Amino acid sequence: MTAADRTMRLLIIEDDRESADYLVKAFREVGHIADHAADGEEGLAMAESGDYDVLVVDRMLPKRDGLSLIGALRDKGDTTPVLILSALGQVDDRIKGLRAGGDDYLPKPYSFAELLARVEVLSRRRGGPAEDTVYKVGDLELDRLSHRVARGKDELTLQPREFRLLEYLMKHAGQVVTRTMLLENVWDYHFDPQTNVIDVHISRLRSKIDKGFERPLLHTIRGAGYMIRDGIR
Amino acid sequence: MTAFGKLIRTTAFRLTLAYLLLFALFAASLLAYFAWNTRRLINEEITQTVNVETAEINEIYVLRGLYGLARAIEYRSLRPNANLYLVTNPSGQAIAGNVGSLAPGVMATRGWVETAYRRMEETDSRDHRALVYVSELPNGFRLLIGRDLDERRRLFGIVAKAAQWSILIVVVLGLGGGIFVARRVLRRIDAMTGTTQRIMSGDLSERLPVGRSGDELDRLAENLNAMLERIEALMAGLKEVSDNIAHDLKTPLTRLRNRAEEALAKSGSEGEYRAALERTIEESDGLIRTFNALLMIARAESGQARGNMDDFDAADVANGIHELYEPLAEEDGMTLKVKTEPTPVHANRELISQALANLVENAIKYGKPVTQAAGTVVSMDSRQILIEARREGDQVLLSVTDRGPGIPEGDRKHAVERFVRLEASRTLPGSGLGLSLASAVATLHGGELKLGDAHPGLVATLVLPARAGVSDRVAPPTQDVPQKVA
Repeated sequence: MTAADRTMRLLIIEDDRESADYLVKAFREVGHIADHAADGEEGLAMAESGDYDVLVVDRMLPKRDGLSLIGALRDKGDTTPVLILSALGQVDDRIKGLRAGGDDYLPKPYSFAELLARVEVLSRRRGGPAEDTVYKVGDLELDRLSHRVARGKDELTLQPREFRLLEYLMKHAGQVVTRTMLLENVWDYHFDPQTNVIDVHISRLRSKIDKGFERPLLHTIRGAGYMIRDGIR
Repeated sequence: MTAFGKLIRTTAFRLTLAYLLLFALFAASLLAYFAWNTRRLINEEITQTVNVETAEINEIYVLRGLYGLARAIEYRSLRPNANLYLVTNPSGQAIAGNVGSLAPGVMATRGWVETAYRRMEETDSRDHRALVYVSELPNGFRLLIGRDLDERRRLFGIVAKAAQWSILIVVVLGLGGGIFVARRVLRRIDAMTGTTQRIMSGDLSERLPVGRSGDELDRLAENLNAMLERIEALMAGLKEVSDNIAHDLKTPLTRLRNRAEEALAKSGSEGEYRAALERTIEESDGLIRTFNALLMIARAESGQARGNMDDFDAADVANGIHELYEPLAEEDGMTLKVKTEPTPVHANRELISQALANLVENAIKYGKPVTQAAGTVVSMDSRQILIEARREGDQVLLSVTDRGPGIPEGDRKHAVERFVRLEASRTLPGSGLGLSLASAVATLHGGELKLGDAHPGLVATLVLPARAGVSDRVAPPTQDVPQKVA
């Protein structure tokens, strides 16, 4: 189910041995290279010397806490994307983490699928200029400037929010996007709805872009989220 | 520390001492001023009388000669309460007057002298003091005229006595008053200390004694009591949370464990294991959600989320939540409508959104119309849920109205409590925390969650003060300008 079209080099800075081993193993299983640092000082040294695509940093670390580690990196002009893992999952903690220079924030406990999806999005962000004005997936086209969406020859009419939903999915085409990521990035809410509210929006969108077409583009990835891609790769 | 030691260490007592000193100084300087002025007046009077008499005597001497002078002096000496007179010849012998003896050398001086003297007729051997003027007559005779200073001495005696008494009275009254006040204060402080010690040792229900005078100590006690009230509420909240965690998280945890055990014991195929594991993950996700909601409530209730307050339009929140939930409601066969007017508010946007989302989720879950008896007309809007944002006076109201069965009035208070799931909803999924979170969020902003009857249905309203939290901006008039949202 991985959509890793290229191998990422990851550094996991986490003091809990078991979680760290689990993460290293899980990332390696899906084809990425993962290193581990057990405390803040070691993590900082490794992050400075190694050429990593994404850093996964626990917020509470021995010797040097996660936020100060990120601050030290940013002060040196290092812009490696950082995902903060934290047991402190409240809104204000998240804001604090992002202000300190983190690029994403994932509260514990998390699912690996969620973490993987976010890390892949972060590495892609760094990888290339994804800011094209027109996104294309198969015969689906989305023009970000004119707000036009077409599938093949058919012009599609989308509600503004549906447009933003599709835009986000297409920006990360070929990558898993979780429900939480959608809620955060498309709606800017950071709470956890008790209902399948995102699924309903997706199924509406799906009925507009996939209905009546032979090849579906918007896929549900079980246990993780959604992905837009052309065909089975 | 001894009781007396404690007493004299009190602020009241020290203040009293300081005032005592001040008043004593004041009294002393007042008396000194009085005494000095009196002395000056008496001296002036004496000087004047003596000057006049000296002039008269001189004239008599010039007119009538030595004999006339001696006669005049003898005559004047006999008057009651006479002045002092003495005339000496050039060899220093007294020839007239009523002064028996003088301090040596006085007659040799000229001008004003204060001296000891004795009168001629006096039998007692006591010296008196007098202010005298010595002048020279032509041809070597000397004339002394003066006045006894007894009057002045008596006056000083009176003043000294007054000073003694007044200082004594000031000291006695001041010390007594000081001790009285200090002991009063000390008694009250001791009572407070006793109470705080009992509170510190664990009895949070104790309250400080508050008197009726409304003085600063009473105000302090009232404030401390309010603080204790808050601490007690927080502690109770904390205890409730831990009780709830113990009770309501252990149940799903047990379920989780049972499933895993069962799968271990019975499952044979990979498919069965997979199914069991998937259920396990589902169950733990539910647990995490419950846990997060509990933490959120606890934080909202303890006021920790008071940071992150913004100025925004609550109408935007209502519209946003409507937009998010409209498809879900529709899929459930309900209609979600929204009605807003500009309602600027100062609040934590994220929390308000979440609270409103909870209310909408509840309405979608529980707000389905009751199955109507045959024959009754189901109105068109019976499947409608309405989100409203409006302003009423200085309050912002965010309400969600459904046309479902509603909540009986007696149950409404109960419904807001944590983990409470009313009988009617027990079969539906949910953690039972939605309303408590909404209520905690409202309380955090200084408002409340009101549950009311929509005839039929439930209307749940987040009542927020238009200026929740600390904002120094002036509330705009009722004709609101839509606020720019950050």
